Parts: sequence; C-alpha cells; structure tokens
Amino acid sequence: MLLKRLTEAAGPSGFEDAVRDLLRAELDGAADCMYTDVLGTLYVEQNRDRSGPLVMLDAHMDEVGLMVVHVEDNGLLRFRTIGGIDPRVLVSKPVRIGRDGPFGVIGSKPLHLQDGEERKHPLSVDQLYIDIGARDKDDALRAVEPGDVAVFATQYGEIGENCAKAKSFDDRVGCAVLVETLRRRLPARLVGAFTVQEEIGLRGATVAGHRVAPDIAIALEGTVCADPVGAPGHTRGTVLGAGPALTVQDGQTLADQRFLEFMMRVARDQGIPFQLRQVKGGSNDFGAIHKTRAGVTGGGISVPVRYIHAPAQIISLEDYHNTIRLVAAVVEAIAEGGFAR
Amino acid sequence: MTYDDPGQSRPTPTSTVGRHKATLLQLLDSHAGPGFEEAIADKVRAALGAYTEDIRTDVMGNVIGVVRGSGGDGAPKVLLSAHMDEIALVVSQIDDGGYLRVAQSGGFDPRTLVGQEVVVHGRETLLGIVGSQPPHLTTPAQRKQAPTLEELYIDLAMPEARVRERVRVGDRVTVARETLQLLNNRLSGKALDNRTSLAIVLECLEYLRQLRHEADVYAAASVQEEAGIRGAVTLGYGVQPDIAIAVDVTFADMPGQAPDVGFELGGGPVITFGPNIHPKVFQGLRDTAVANGIAFQIELSQGPTGTDAWQLQIAGMGMATGVVGIPIRYMHGSVETGSYDDIVACGRLLAHYIAGLSRTDVEALTCY
Repeated sequence: MLLKRLTEAAGPSGFEDAVRDLLRAELDGAADCMYTDVLGTLYVEQNRDRSGPLVMLDAHMDEVGLMVVHVEDNGLLRFRTIGGIDPRVLVSKPVRIGRDGPFGVIGSKPLHLQDGEERKHPLSVDQLYIDIGARDKDDALRAVEPGDVAVFATQYGEIGENCAKAKSFDDRVGCAVLVETLRRRLPARLVGAFTVQEEIGLRGATVAGHRVAPDIAIALEGTVCADPVGAPGHTRGTVLGAGPALTVQDGQTLADQRFLEFMMRVARDQGIPFQLRQVKGGSNDFGAIHKTRAGVTGGGISVPVRYIHAPAQIISLEDYHNTIRLVAAVVEAIAEGGFAR
Repeated sequence: MTYDDPGQSRPTPTSTVGRHKATLLQLLDSHAGPGFEEAIADKVRAALGAYTEDIRTDVMGNVIGVVRGSGGDGAPKVLLSAHMDEIALVVSQIDDGGYLRVAQSGGFDPRTLVGQEVVVHGRETLLGIVGSQPPHLTTPAQRKQAPTLEELYIDLAMPEARVRERVRVGDRVTVARETLQLLNNRLSGKALDNRTSLAIVLECLEYLRQLRHEADVYAAASVQEEAGIRGAVTLGYGVQPDIAIAVDVTFADMPGQAPDVGFELGGGPVITFGPNIHPKVFQGLRDTAVANGIAFQIELSQGPTGTDAWQLQIAGMGMATGVVGIPIRYMHGSVETGSYDDIVACGRLLAHYIAGLSRTDVEALTCY
C-alpha cells in the first residue's frame, strides 16, 4: 500500500534517499522523464511538449527526525532534532536509526525515582538519549556513528473510522497524492517535484521553483489539524474529515486570491468538500515557490494531519481521497483553460 | 528485527538464549493490567503446562503451578511469585467529540504518554493515540509545561456516537507497543515489568528438570501487584509456603540515577537485602550464586521492596521471603529495556537455590 510504504520510509531533511528511491520505483512508467537536481529533489515530467500552462505540483519528501551527535562512554547516544519536534513527544518512544539500522528507544527516569517537582517539567533533548542496547561506547560505535539519523519507528495502520495512523504524514501524504496524480496521466503539462529540506526552511522548493519556472504551482501538504477536545474553533487550523484544506494565509504565504477562488470554484463544481486552513502558523513549499524568479501564482492544498510532527499522526482517508480528486480536478481545469489570470 | 553485528573483532558471546525467550515475547504481547489478567493468565497456564498438570487459579486470579520435588511429606515448600499484571489506565470520562479521559491503574508518568499509541479494551479492542499539540501552534511557555494525566486525552479517530457504542467509563487502557530486540540480547517494550520475571520462573523450572530437588515448587503468576500488591495477600495465605521468593524487576543504571538504585544491564540477577527479606534466604541465594559462578548484584532495601514479598512476608503465620529479579531501564515507560541473558542467569540461580534446600534449612528459618 502506497501510504504504508511512503510513511514507513526514513527521510529526515537532508537524508531523503530512501524516500526518493521508493518514489522512483512507484513512478516507474508514469514519467516521460525523471531527474534529480544538485540538492536531491526528484522531478517527474509529463507532456512537456503540450501547449498550455506549465503546472508544478510539489510535495516534500523530508520529515522531521533526529541526528545522533555523540556516543557516551556507556553506549547511550546523544541526539539533536532535525526540524520542529516538541521534545515532549520523544519520551518513551522507539526509533530506527539509518535506513535499516538498529532500533533504539528513548527512555526516561522511572516514576519511582522522581521527586514530585521533576514530573512538572518536560524533559529537554539534553536530558534524553537513544538506547540501542550497546554495552559501551565501542559496542555502540560498531552499529552507529555520529551523523547517523533516526526516525520514529511507527508502523502504518488503520484506526477508528476510515482513518489511518503513521509517522510522517507530513508530507508523505502529499507525496502519495502527487504519485496518484501523476499515475493518472492527466492531459496537462506537468512537473511533479518531490522536494528536499522543507522542514528546515523550504530549501529544496526554493531551487525547484527556480528550475521549473512554472506558470502555476501547487504545494501538496500534510497540515496542522489541532481540532481535538477543548480546542477553540479559531485555533484548530483544520478539521479532520472536512476535506482538503486550502491555504488562505500561513507563515510564508498570503494566498493569491484569484487562484484560491478558482480552486474553490472547481471543488464546488465537482462536489468535492474542502475547507479553508485557518491558522497563520506553519507553512509549505509554496511559500518559497511563489517568490521564485518573477513570482509564481498558485496555492496550497493540504490533507489535515492530527499530531503532526509526533510519532503517531492521524489522517482521514476520506480527506486523502478527496485531496487526490481535487488536485486532479484543478489540474484538468487548468489544462482546459479554466484559470485565467 | 535483530541487529546482526557486522564487526568480527568481538568474540561471539556464548549463547545464553534460553528456552523461553519466545514465550516471553508472547507474554509481552498480552494486554493485561490489574484486575484484568485473564488474557495473560491463559498463556501462563499453557506455559506452566509443560512442567506440571497441577495448575490452580485462586479467587483473585493468581495462577499457581505445583512442581513436586523428591522430598515427599514435609518437603520444603517454596513459592516463586512473579506478578503478571502490567500498569494500565482506566477510562474516567468520554468527553465531547468522543475523546477519552483516563485515570491511573498503576503508575504511569504522564510525560511518557504524550503521543503514545494505546489499546482501549472496550466492547471491542480499539487502537487509540494520546493527543499532542502541533509544535507549529505552541508557545515557548506551553512547551515548558509537562502535561498532567487530567489534561491528556485519547483519540479513537471516530465520531462520539460510535465511541459511546464501544467504550464506557471503567474500561481499561494499555500501551500499544511491539517488543523490539536491541543489541546484546536486550529487549525493549512494555510490561517487561514484570513479564521478564515470568520468563525467569519458566527458565528456573526448565533448569530444575535437570536437577534433583527435594523441595516442592509453587510457581505463581500473581495479580494486581501494580494496583497495590493485592494478589500476593491471598496467594501467600493459600499456598502457605516455607519460603516465598518474589521475582520482580529493579532499576538498571542510567545517567542521573543514584548508584544504589542503578544496576548493570547484563550484569546478572539482582538479589535484594533488607528488612523485607529473610537473612537466611538472602544468604542462601548469594552463596548459591557464588558456588555456581553466577554473576550477581545486590540491592540494599531499607523498607518496602515494592514487590509481592512485602505482602507475602506477613501473610498467614508469616514466611521467609526473598527478592530477586533483573534490572530494567525506563521502568513504567513503554520502552522498558532488559537483558535476556540476565533472565537466564536468574532462572539458573533460583533453580540451584531450590535444589540445595533441605528440611533442615527450613527448620533453621525460625531459629534466631
């Protein structure tokens, strides 16, 4: 299953190799031409010689993760985070180091040995380490070395009612939407860009936008969904199951109103549910792409992800399928000349 | 997934993988907290069935397998007690939107629950996730606060009405965690407290098959230890052994831990000394370890050991108690980590101790 394969692959920012290899295999036969740039972004072209606007669809391959930075004499591994991880979600979680490397666990002091005050304070990264079962430093260094990266060892699975849980839905769900879109072989001039290093500052997309020089670009994302119990309506970002979320304003982008209206019109025409992403925090690759060269129009379409950047995240599979439908409908409408600037 | 060490420089460790490692992995996959031990009790009875047909279950749910020795009437009677329950949570409220609020049934550090996958034992078994806040929206001040259990909630990813059909207040929740195999025959996962001790008891019975022993062995998997050492109360009364040994985990060393409560992983079984332990039982266990070349460690306890021995010692007319077990890291988290080598060594220690017991030894227990 595509979502399972994509979310279980390891690919922190700058270390996207396993995801890229997987995508190449998944897209076998779906590309007119496939290539990578100097940063590692994977480009997939379709219908280059067709007339009509050049559409760039973007999804980032990287995820938040950890990097081993030091091995203690006792064999425990000190680490730092790659991308935005709240250290509070790290405690008592298993991780996998490298592509196929050893498992490790991030443990914490037993409750029995804590004083009451300790429990009130979250553990910081400096108080945590990865335990791979090594006896001592030399033993650990046979299995890992500083610079190795780690990701949460979470398996993909279905949960609840038509939902799925996994690590890295941000942005493997976007990658999956893009793969499914490319497999449809839509009659449009398309470049799919699977970018690198989004989580540390939209870096792959900055270069990708410049290289592709699209007429229209759409970032496909997994985005913040903070809708559970107790959350005031205006801080939820998105609501799970309410459909693909269109960016209005985020940390890097003010939506191009013309394109936003166009996407909403397409969704309504096709009877596809959608929602407007409500919060300013966070961003996606479109924030970088829209400022490349002389500027690019377009927007962001996202699948809501609960517990984003945490070990076990939740998406609605209905949202996922509706996102694929909406992206295809928008691309087709563009190819038919439906979007006029 | 086992990590195969590519390095050839280290000598191959002698194989100490015991007979019951696979049994332990099965036991660790069970979900059974205080008061709902049925799922694991079935597996324990099946495992004990390899050693005896005399398997009893008392009113509280303690499972006891009796392995007779050669001593006949008046043979020493030794109870090995390893609790089989794991720490759990209890649903205290179904909140708006179908999110579950929970209370403790055993001691979780709420900080270890954030973002954790859990299993909710409702009218059907449901997977849930303990909520966390997206870092994109949290303020630095929020990140400095550790959540309390009252603030946490479980997300079942289904509408409230569907949740209410399947879950009710009082339903139990356990952690969802597959056991991981780490380097050096170490295991990591949930419920190593105290399923590793069940494996120790089984390894002990396996060793005892090859040894001559007078003593009758009552191999017990006790209930409700994590809720306040309750199963041991009726277990001690029911069996009335001469010697009762609680097999339970203790703390392995980790940074920032006091040296007297941090034992070496892979350093062998830990034998406890203190008022909760009969001095002659302690002495016997230690002498046995020395005589058989079993590496061991000593834990010094000043009062309650936090094990079944605390209740066993004062059950009925009282009994001579001992405490042994292996050290594990991150106790009561969901990545408890221990060494199977220690389990095998601890099983061997117990078997040799039991094989060395005579009627005279028992008589000496009341002579001060």
